[in-house]
Amino acid sequence: MSENLSAFFYLVASVCFILALRGLSSPVTARVGNIYGIAGMLIAVVTTLLTPHVVSFWLIILGILIGGTAGTFIALRIQMTALPQLVAAFHSLVGLAAVCVAGAAFTYPELYGIGVRGAIHGSSLVEMSLGMAIGAITFTGSVVAFAKLQGLVTGRPLVFPGQHLVNAALGALLILLIALFVSTEAAPAFWLLLVVSLALGFLLIVPIGGADMPVVISMLNSYSGWAAAGIGFTLSNSLLIVTGALVGSSGAILSYIMCRGMNRSIFNVVLGGFGTEGGTVAAGAGVGDRLVRSGSAEDAAFIMKNASSVIIVPGYGMAVAQAQHALREMADILKKEGVNVRYAIHPVAGRMPGHMNVLLAEANVPYDEVFELEEINRDFASTDVAFVIGANDVTNPAAKTDPSSPIYGMPILDVERAKTVLFVKRSMASGYAGVENELFYRNNTMMLFGDAKKMCEEIVKALE
Amino acid sequence: MAEPASLADRAAELAGQAGALARNLDLLTHQLTTVQTTPAVVGGPSFVFELTVFVLAVFVGYYVVWRVTPALHSPLMSVTNAISSVIIVGALIAAGPLGVSFAKIMGFVAVTLAAVNIFGGFIVTQRMLQMFQKKR
Repeated sequence: MSENLSAFFYLVASVCFILALRGLSSPVTARVGNIYGIAGMLIAVVTTLLTPHVVSFWLIILGILIGGTAGTFIALRIQMTALPQLVAAFHSLVGLAAVCVAGAAFTYPELYGIGVRGAIHGSSLVEMSLGMAIGAITFTGSVVAFAKLQGLVTGRPLVFPGQHLVNAALGALLILLIALFVSTEAAPAFWLLLVVSLALGFLLIVPIGGADMPVVISMLNSYSGWAAAGIGFTLSNSLLIVTGALVGSSGAILSYIMCRGMNRSIFNVVLGGFGTEGGTVAAGAGVGDRLVRSGSAEDAAFIMKNASSVIIVPGYGMAVAQAQHALREMADILKKEGVNVRYAIHPVAGRMPGHMNVLLAEANVPYDEVFELEEINRDFASTDVAFVIGANDVTNPAAKTDPSSPIYGMPILDVERAKTVLFVKRSMASGYAGVENELFYRNNTMMLFGDAKKMCEEIVKALE
Repeated sequence: MAEPASLADRAAELAGQAGALARNLDLLTHQLTTVQTTPAVVGGPSFVFELTVFVLAVFVGYYVVWRVTPALHSPLMSVTNAISSVIIVGALIAAGPLGVSFAKIMGFVAVTLAAVNIFGGFIVTQRMLQMFQKKR
C-alpha cells in the first residue's frame, strides 16, 4: 500500500474515533459510536499490516491472539463494581506499550524512517523521550492506582516527609536527562530516563487517597493519551497524534469535572494526603450527647409508601454492599404504589466518573430516571423523602455553611430540603473527608443502621 | 639518479592524495546518509504540520467530550482507553521486519499489551452500553 493511500485510511480511522466519542452524547447513539470505534481500530490495524515495512506476521498474529484472548476473557468476566480497577489496569498497558514502542524506535530507528542508529533526528529524539517518559509515568501510576482500588494496598494516602521535594528533584532530573539524551543520543541516558519516569509515576500516585481516585483515573486516562500522541510525533503518524490528542483532552476534561465536583484544584489532589479512608477517627466525638433518631426497615417502608415522591441518593457505599439490585426492587414496588421515584447522582459518587450510572444501569434502572446534580437539586424542596444510601459527604450541608470545613464549597445534593431524610448507614462514622454530618441529628432525619443491601431487602419485605 | 627519489616523492604524493580522497569519500558518504535521511523530514510531514494536526485534534476532542452526557462518563473512559491502544500501529511496524532484534521483541510485547486493551476496552464498553435502556 502506498504512503498516500495508507495516510488516507489513517484519516478515515481518525474520523471513526471522533464519531465514537461523538456517539456518547446520548445513550441512544452510544452503541453505534462504539461500532465506529471498532471499525476505526480495524482499519488502522489492517492498513498498517499492508504497509511494505511489515513482512513477518507470525509474532504479530501470536501477540494479537494472546492479547485478544486475555482482553476478551477479562472484559466478559469483570464485575461492574470492579470497573475502576479494570480501567486503571488497562491504562497501565497503554503506558507500557508506549514505552516498548519508544524502545523499539530508539534501537531500530530505520524502521520508522527517523534516521539511523546514532544519528536520529533531533526532533524525533525529543518526541521519543517525551512519549516514553509519559508512558512510563502512566504505567507505574496506573499500577499503583490499580493496587489501591483493588484493595491490594491501603487506600489511605501514603505520605512521608520531604515527599514533594523528592518528586520535584525527580522531575528536574527527568528534564535534565531528556536534554542530555537529545543532545548526545546516549543509550544510558535513555534507559536512566525510563527508570526515573517509572519511579516518578509511582511516587506521584502513592500519596493520593482512595476517594480521590476518580480524579486519578481521569488523569491517567489523559496521560495515556498524551503518551500515544508523543509516540505519534516520533513516528510522524497523524492517526496516533489525533487519537492521542482526543484521549488526552478527554481525560483532562474528566479530571476537571471531578475536581469541580469536589471543589478542589487539580494541584490540591495531585499533592495528595487528603482525607482518611473510612474516617472512623472523627466518629464518636460529640455523638453521645446529641439525639439521633434511628428507625427500622418497617418505618422506612411506611414513610416511603405514603410519600408521593422519593429521590434516591446512591453513593460508593451502595456499590461496596452490591445493593443496587435490591435497591431497584424497592424502587419498582414504590413505583407500583404510585410513588414518583428518581435517582440523584453526585459527580464524584463512586470510584470513577459515571460509575454510579453504570451500576444503576446494570441493575436495570432506566437511565431516564437517573439525574445529575444540576438537573435535580432544586427538586429536593418539593420531595417527600430523600433516601440516601451509601453516601455521606456529598449531602453534608457544612459544605455550604461552614467555611472552616475541609469540604467547604463542594457542590452538594440538597437532601436536607426534603420533608424526610432517610440515611442508610452502617454506623455513625463520618465520611471520607473525616467531617461529621450534622444532618444526622436533624429532626426530619431518620437513620437506618445496617448493611445497605440487607436494609433494602428488608424494606422490600416490609413493603410487600 | 634523481629518478628513484622523484618516484618516491610521487608515490608519497599519490598516497597523500589517496588519503585525501578517502577522507573526501568519508565525508561524502556521511553527507549521503544525512541526505538520504533528511527527505523523511523534508518530504514527510514536518513538525509544524504535525503540531497543527495535534492542536486541531485537541480542540475537536475538547468540544466533542464536553457534549458527552455525564451518565456515560464511564463508557467514555473505557472507549478512550480502547482507542488509545491505536499505539498498536507503531508496535506492528516494530514487530514486522524479518529476523529477530530487540526492537522486534519490544514490538511483540507492545502488540500483545495493546491487543489486551483493544479487545478488553471495546468489549467492556459494549457491555456497559447495553445496560443503558429507557423506561419500558
